[in-house]
Amino acid sequence: MSALSQYIEIFDSHRATIEAKSAEVMNLCRQDARNRLEGKRLPQKGTEGYEKTSIEDMFAPDFGVNINRVNIPVDVSLSFKCDVPNMSTIMAFVVNDSFVPSSTLHNKMPQGVIIDSLAKVATENPQLVSRYYNQLADNDNEAVALNTMLAQDGVMIYVPRGVVMERPIQLVNIFNSAAPLMGVRRLVIVVEEGAKAQLLICDHTQNSEYRYLSSQVIEAFVGQNASLDIYDIEESSDTTSRYSQLYARQERDSQLIVNGVTLTGGVTRNDYHIELVGDNCTSTLGGMAIGSGHQHIDNNSDVRHLSAHCNSNQLFKCVLDEESTGAFEGAIYVAPGAQFTEAYQSNRNLLASKSARMHTKPQLEIYNDDVKCSHGATTGQLDADALFYMRSRGIPEQEARTMLMQAFMVDVIDMVKMEGLRDRLRHLVEKRFYGQQASCADCGVTCRDPKKD
Amino acid sequence: MNMDNILLDVKNLRAGIEGKEILKGVNLTVRPGEVHAIMGPNGAGKSTLSSVLAGDPSFIVTEGEVNFHGVNLLELAPENRSHEGLFLSFQYPVEIPGVSMVNFMRAALNAKRKYFNQEPLSASEFLKLMRQKREVVELDNKLASRSVNEGFSGGEKKRNEIFQMAVLEPRLSILDETDSGLDIDALRIVAGGVNKLKTSDNATIVITHYQRLLDYIKPDFVHVLYKGRIVRTGGPELALTLEERGYDWIKQEIDNK
Repeated sequence: MSALSQYIEIFDSHRATIEAKSAEVMNLCRQDARNRLEGKRLPQKGTEGYEKTSIEDMFAPDFGVNINRVNIPVDVSLSFKCDVPNMSTIMAFVVNDSFVPSSTLHNKMPQGVIIDSLAKVATENPQLVSRYYNQLADNDNEAVALNTMLAQDGVMIYVPRGVVMERPIQLVNIFNSAAPLMGVRRLVIVVEEGAKAQLLICDHTQNSEYRYLSSQVIEAFVGQNASLDIYDIEESSDTTSRYSQLYARQERDSQLIVNGVTLTGGVTRNDYHIELVGDNCTSTLGGMAIGSGHQHIDNNSDVRHLSAHCNSNQLFKCVLDEESTGAFEGAIYVAPGAQFTEAYQSNRNLLASKSARMHTKPQLEIYNDDVKCSHGATTGQLDADALFYMRSRGIPEQEARTMLMQAFMVDVIDMVKMEGLRDRLRHLVEKRFYGQQASCADCGVTCRDPKKD
Repeated sequence: MNMDNILLDVKNLRAGIEGKEILKGVNLTVRPGEVHAIMGPNGAGKSTLSSVLAGDPSFIVTEGEVNFHGVNLLELAPENRSHEGLFLSFQYPVEIPGVSMVNFMRAALNAKRKYFNQEPLSASEFLKLMRQKREVVELDNKLASRSVNEGFSGGEKKRNEIFQMAVLEPRLSILDETDSGLDIDALRIVAGGVNKLKTSDNATIVITHYQRLLDYIKPDFVHVLYKGRIVRTGGPELALTLEERGYDWIKQEIDNK
């Protein structure tokens, strides 16, 4: 039995339950997704676009799906300490794949902004959600179709025309369950013309006794002259795998920053599809991954220049230690007519041990003469001269190595526009390299209310 | 000068890289308060000697002993040689993008304090120390906030070396071609810094091609290193002779033996 068939079976035999506990707008997309999966398999290692990562293996364990929407009692709002110091955020949670508001979420909201359960908004305001839900995601991709077939909830973020959100939005994804579980997470982000928002997403696993899989599809619509930042930090456990697929579309004069940070996890695969459909867009795509143990981290980017005078910049960096492995496959596509495009891509990797492995495959596809494009990929080791220089000043070898690995990540951290988050990231990266539990503000201990434990 | 006290005692040191022997039995004794100059033609092994003493892992020591105030230097990791009081001013200081000078020096200083079971310096003590030591070589505060040596001019890099030396207060400093790439003003500042740091308890080994630096840092002994051995030792006058006559006469003398 293929990994996919167990989920198709869940859908076929529990369709009524799934639909009863979701929203009509989402239900309308299920059959099409189901049909596309007929006779298919999830991509295996070696499939085009999946050379080093088997999605089949990722989904193969017998994960449960919470189709009955059983509430898992996680007292997030009381005890969760995932706050970023010196930064006040509008916070909400996704526990497994259910939306949970923080106690103060609604009274902090600027006029007209929606940050809420996707199923709830889709029920209350189907016209709004149907305009965006499942419009960007590519259901020809088996993992996307699987998500569309099963997704029952998620998060809707809607920032109406001209609204500039001063406070960043923070979404905390949490896994906690009493059995192996797949979280079918779905995010729709709409930033209308002239609006501005920053979103911080953190992935955590509270109870790492069980295996988890996060299947996450994000659709982001960035309107004319709008600005959206997405910072996505994965700090889960080695029992948690993640396949996150972002589909973003930028209208003219818009700006998008996406920065994905993998600190801890099991097997991680991130896809970034960005379409620049209007003129004069700026797109910044950063990625940083730190691997150790048996972690595997695969980042895949596809930036599509469909219009003129756009600028895109990609920087992916990876430090791999011990037995960890990494992959990067990145594409820049410049369509005919997308003249005066500037598109850059850089992938730099550091192997800190003899057994760590990195696979990198940069690609350019250009159908236009008047462009400036470049790509580059390097994989190397720590600079022996720098290491000796530091040791000669008395810095112990392990500390010198750690400092150099941290220094390697500095330019990806500098891509973050929120100062408080930049400081926080430096701290998290430092802790990560010093081998400490790199959870936000020691949340590994304080996630659960200590009084109850 | 204390003649009984030996700070560094190098005996029959042989070392090389990738199977090629470069040092072929070096003997050298340095006492506290002394300044030694090591001169010699290109390829004689001057920089190899300084690298081997500092513990550069790319060189392999095949024979000999190095005693550093009672400690077997060759057994120590580079970081512990530093803690024990050895300092190498690099001919080519390494640029380390992403590591700030402040973090670099704090890590170095606190590692040394830890080695001697001392508490780390508080932030204000540390900054005060940095400020004091910067004055020794007139190092701009702006450089201190940048990444280690990144984008520094040749002169700034060498001043930064002496600044680090001032902070770490070594017992023995080895200045490897500190004069290379310096204009006369930078040279004066760097040499002035070295002289300010000189006490009767510490010692300096100056490795140089030219007499020029020795006008500013006065040596007590001048050694000529040639083909991996110290082939001649004299007083400051030897440097002047070399400046006048070059190395050929010494080469001929040795090669004809």
